[in-house]
Amino acid sequence: MTEALLFKDIDEPGLATLDVYAKRGGYESLRKAFATTPEDVLAQLEASGLRGRGGAGFAMGKKVSFLPKGTIDKYLVCNADESEPGTFKDRELMQKSPHMLIEGLIIASYAAGASRSFIYIRGEYVHQADVLDAALAEAKAAGYIGENILGSGHSLSLVVHRGAGAYICGEETGLLDSLEGKRGNPRLKPPFPANQGLYQGPTLINNVETLATVPAIIRMGGENYAKLGTETSKGTKLVSVSGHVQRPGNYEIELGTPSREIIYGLAGGPPEGREVKCWFPGGSSSPVLKQEDLDLPYDFDAMAKAGSMLGSGAIIVVDDSTPILDVALKVAKFYRHESCGKCTPCREGTNWTVKMLERIDAGTATPMDIEIMASVQEHIIGNCLCVLGDAMAMPIGSLIAKFRDEFEEHIEQARARNGLGAVYA
Amino acid sequence: MNAELRADIEAHMALYPDSRSAALPALEAAQRVHGWCSPEAIEEVAEVMGVTPAYLAAVATFYDMLETEPVGKHSIYVCTNISCSLRGADALHAAVRDAAGDDPEFNVRSFECLGACDIAPMASVDGVFVGPLTLEDVPQLLDDIRAGRPVLPDKQLSTRLVADPNANSREFPAHPIEVGSTTDASGGGVSAPAQAPPAESVGGEGT
Repeated sequence: MTEALLFKDIDEPGLATLDVYAKRGGYESLRKAFATTPEDVLAQLEASGLRGRGGAGFAMGKKVSFLPKGTIDKYLVCNADESEPGTFKDRELMQKSPHMLIEGLIIASYAAGASRSFIYIRGEYVHQADVLDAALAEAKAAGYIGENILGSGHSLSLVVHRGAGAYICGEETGLLDSLEGKRGNPRLKPPFPANQGLYQGPTLINNVETLATVPAIIRMGGENYAKLGTETSKGTKLVSVSGHVQRPGNYEIELGTPSREIIYGLAGGPPEGREVKCWFPGGSSSPVLKQEDLDLPYDFDAMAKAGSMLGSGAIIVVDDSTPILDVALKVAKFYRHESCGKCTPCREGTNWTVKMLERIDAGTATPMDIEIMASVQEHIIGNCLCVLGDAMAMPIGSLIAKFRDEFEEHIEQARARNGLGAVYA
Repeated sequence: MNAELRADIEAHMALYPDSRSAALPALEAAQRVHGWCSPEAIEEVAEVMGVTPAYLAAVATFYDMLETEPVGKHSIYVCTNISCSLRGADALHAAVRDAAGDDPEFNVRSFECLGACDIAPMASVDGVFVGPLTLEDVPQLLDDIRAGRPVLPDKQLSTRLVADPNANSREFPAHPIEVGSTTDASGGGVSAPAQAPPAESVGGEGT
């Protein structure tokens, strides 16, 4: 990989302080941005080809451009609710380099014309929220947050808002309701947040890593940034690798790096004598891939083409010592717990999926259970206000499709333990 | 009511264009004072915020970190989601729960992904992330909490270097997930890597 952008100075002692961050060139990009117009900054963001790092992969510049022009109150919300199982990259950025996020956020607010901003951080990230609060106090004292920042005419307020434990608040409209002091139920879309978001005002919502990348884009220029990565997946990406690898952790890679190089090269692969059975390329919501997919380039399109997704960039590796039913149950139980209950297919579908998996495990299932379970997944997808239900249906559907033999074997063995007869000839 | 709590809630309310946005920070503040979101705590927040207790009760029940029943003073969230479970979190959670017993000081919970899979299996002790934890760490973890000391200082996430490739490397068992009480099934042969299904039959399945 060429040069790390986000992790360049990540272990520098004191990087979380303004002093050290500034010595490392911090807030220079903000000055550079302020020397140009908001339109110029937007043009740089669009030229960079940066796609959202939170999961959906939507072009960031385009998202900014969706906000209406004019002097109405506009909001910028940073989604720091990082809760997708397997994902811990935003935590690293906020904890180690909070000013990089704040700088990116100010630049993005300038491009979008937003005057109020919020960082919605999950409540479990106590230390990271404290670090952000301290950095915010420094930024305010230095005049980076407040009225007429650095004489640019641009003003911005920023509040670090702590959540209280709910996966659904990572969904952007659930997040907005939560930020308004409500239960975090997703909203019907449209209207989209760009038109009617926080307090019904136009709102830009971006992930931590997306915003933290903005200073690098301004420093390098959008076109130079776009030289990194692949044709449709530009730049570098933080990848959280976890599960059955010898060196779990966060790695910054250039998009398009072969998946094998990440899982085996960087993260060390499974321990000796064990092999990759399956891997989630983008958090537990992504359909699983198998060993034969390891040579795919790790980027948005290659993952989509393989029937999965890059998601949040969280690779979870499962080795061949693990029964696939255990993986399915873990995943399904999580989504059952986190379903907000608003839409029937998700509320009931997650619950029934868990029940059917438990039947398999308990040795009371018949072949019909697999068929029903597979069809439940199909009936969830696309039928809810948000994608939480899909986020269970996609991986569970893929596990059934790719490991059907193992599910059947599990049914048979568990039944035999119960003294029940064989159901597969 | 506690004047400090009132001031705390009012300060939060002043941060937002719509003061109702302060509901979560206000409930958290009240929980710190009362130990949980008790009816009294909710009444107090409602009075300061000018909303109904029922509204706040509905909010409180939505969020995992807001306790709607009395709990121990020290929270120990053991992550038992997929990445931690793959490294033995279920056994860890059981061990912490058993060691804490019925000590009313502790609030031991199995928690959804806490965003620290690099130090799996891990726990959040009153907000401090520690890991990777072994079963042998459990007695000291509880002792540290009881004594009011920093919990397992050399296992705290905040001290870890990102770029050290071996920062998080360690041994972990094969086949550690324990999915439920019924799972005699996954007990069919623990810990020996060799008993796993042969890789070639798995990799060779049609898709």
